[in-house]
Amino acid sequence: MSNRISTCFAKAKAEGRGAFIAYLTMGYPSLEVCEKGVDELLAKGVDILELGVPFSDPFADGAVIRSAAYKALEQGVNLDKVLESAARIRAKHPETPLVLFTYYNLIFSKGLETFAVEAEKAGIDAVLAVDLPLEERDELLDVLKPHGITYIPLIAPNTPIERVKASAEGLDDSFLYIITVKGITGARAELPPELTARLDEIRAAVKLPIAAGFGISTKAQAEVVAKHADGFIVGSALVKRLGAEGGFAGEILP
Amino acid sequence: MKPNGHFGPYGGQYVAETLMGPLNELAAAYDEAKKDPEFQREFQEILRDYVGRESPITVCKRLSEHLGGATIVLKREDLNHTGAHKVNNTIGQALLAKRMGKKRLIAETGAGMHGVATATVAALLGMPCEVYMGVIDIERQKPNVERMRMLGAKVNAVTEGSATLKDAMNEALRDWVTNCDDTFYVIGTVAGPYPYPDMVRDFQRVIGDEARRQCLAKFGRLPDEAIACVGGGSNAMGLFAGFVDDKDVKLVGVEAGGKGLATGEHAASINGGRLGVLHGSKTMLLQTDVGNIIDTYSVSAGLDYPGVGPEHCYLHDIGRAEYSVICDDEAIAAFDALCRFEGIIPALESSHALAEAIKRAPKMGRDKILLVNLSGRGDKDMENIMRYKESKNV
Repeated sequence: MSNRISTCFAKAKAEGRGAFIAYLTMGYPSLEVCEKGVDELLAKGVDILELGVPFSDPFADGAVIRSAAYKALEQGVNLDKVLESAARIRAKHPETPLVLFTYYNLIFSKGLETFAVEAEKAGIDAVLAVDLPLEERDELLDVLKPHGITYIPLIAPNTPIERVKASAEGLDDSFLYIITVKGITGARAELPPELTARLDEIRAAVKLPIAAGFGISTKAQAEVVAKHADGFIVGSALVKRLGAEGGFAGEILP
Repeated sequence: MKPNGHFGPYGGQYVAETLMGPLNELAAAYDEAKKDPEFQREFQEILRDYVGRESPITVCKRLSEHLGGATIVLKREDLNHTGAHKVNNTIGQALLAKRMGKKRLIAETGAGMHGVATATVAALLGMPCEVYMGVIDIERQKPNVERMRMLGAKVNAVTEGSATLKDAMNEALRDWVTNCDDTFYVIGTVAGPYPYPDMVRDFQRVIGDEARRQCLAKFGRLPDEAIACVGGGSNAMGLFAGFVDDKDVKLVGVEAGGKGLATGEHAASINGGRLGVLHGSKTMLLQTDVGNIIDTYSVSAGLDYPGVGPEHCYLHDIGRAEYSVICDDEAIAAFDALCRFEGIIPALESSHALAEAIKRAPKMGRDKILLVNLSGRGDKDMENIMRYKESKNV
């Protein structure tokens, strides 16, 4: 097992800041632009990358990521191509944690063992499947573990704290992805007021680092979150910007 | 069954974490309601006084005579209020929603029958209702869209993806995950995450339980085969549930073969799909080599779904039920036959089950009985059938 993820969180902590986790829908507007965007993001301080695999039925996503996924699919982007892209990113950025962000059917359909072999080869550190809750995840985790790949559990606003602890159990070199709001991905003008207390509660309950995502699109929001979590995740805002501008000139976040 | 609704390797709860709370709440509430005589009494009373149950069984005398073999008997779900079996389930779920204190119903619909059945019960119980429907389906099932609106439901057009049933379900899931505190998602078939496949089967088993009793009363014995069409598979599971313990009754599910399995334009998930995960359960799915979901095709919008209820996959695996395929042409021919021989206009979905019976009957002795679930009536299909016939010049 690599320790890129824990190393990364430790480094951010030592520097007194939250880890910046960036999500991109791979293949939107094209794989090439995404890979260029990744270079820019990493040069400007992003710590961890979530590589989103486009799926035909993105039922957990908001309008921006859905539209990006459909456009990526139209260009023939699929899991194989995202893994090839990941391998290129890995070659350039040997220390950056790479999280494959996917719907479960895409990896299940490939065959879990085949997937694990290919993901390891591509340099993937962790997998996050949006529709694979605690009850169902063992069949994947058991296959990933021997290949040194960890799993990132999602924690929802309505996940009881005992379940949060159970979700964190048995995972090394991972973090908990704390969903800030009930709903789908996408930027929101305001984060819920109860969020900071919720983050404090979770942080006190688990050893793994925690990062909050869904709805974060500005520096101000990220700063608030970073006071109560070990990291923050920005997705839709970056996907939208990369699609519109083809890169990240100037500051990443407004 | 393993915990969390697994049928062998099928089923489960493959959903976003935010929905695990609502699903657990639903499972607990359903478990309680199931054992509560008052809930069951209210459910049965509405089925009797409002839906018009029990629905009769009808012997197809002229059609069976014409075929010269087994006797075809219909379970008449087409005679239910709203014109199909769907209402059995929406009443059950809406009563449960009320019991749980939920304020709002949402549903997905393909052909529109489940949408109409949900809008109907929402009006009956005085709850606001929103139905998600793909624009392609809105176009081909206009009368049902108007019916839903007339009943006071809001119909939300879904333009994404293939703009059909699976996309409507995606959108309903997005609504539910956002509004799960006060909203109840009424799923129309035995698919989706646990407890839906169990719950919908239980609410639909009235079909099989009645039919079993009625066959015994009328013929003094059980049918040789019980046949039903399978899209998601709720009418079939409702019928099968009544006979699954009667080992001598063969259970036959009929999938939509569209233009033929070889053309790839069909909706036969068990016969033409492979194992995958969609909309909350592990099941047989029509998907590409890389795991994206394929747009399905059938002349019948109600069978046009890329997955199938997990329990059907399990019954198939253990050999308790068999699953055959009927193509558009065969379904249309069966539709015509029932109209002309029996004076009954069947839904295109149910015509698939009937077509299978028409194939089997002549090869069987006259003492044999084929029970076919006539899951709905065909009024909604008039325009489609005329269009289909024009395109084929028949």
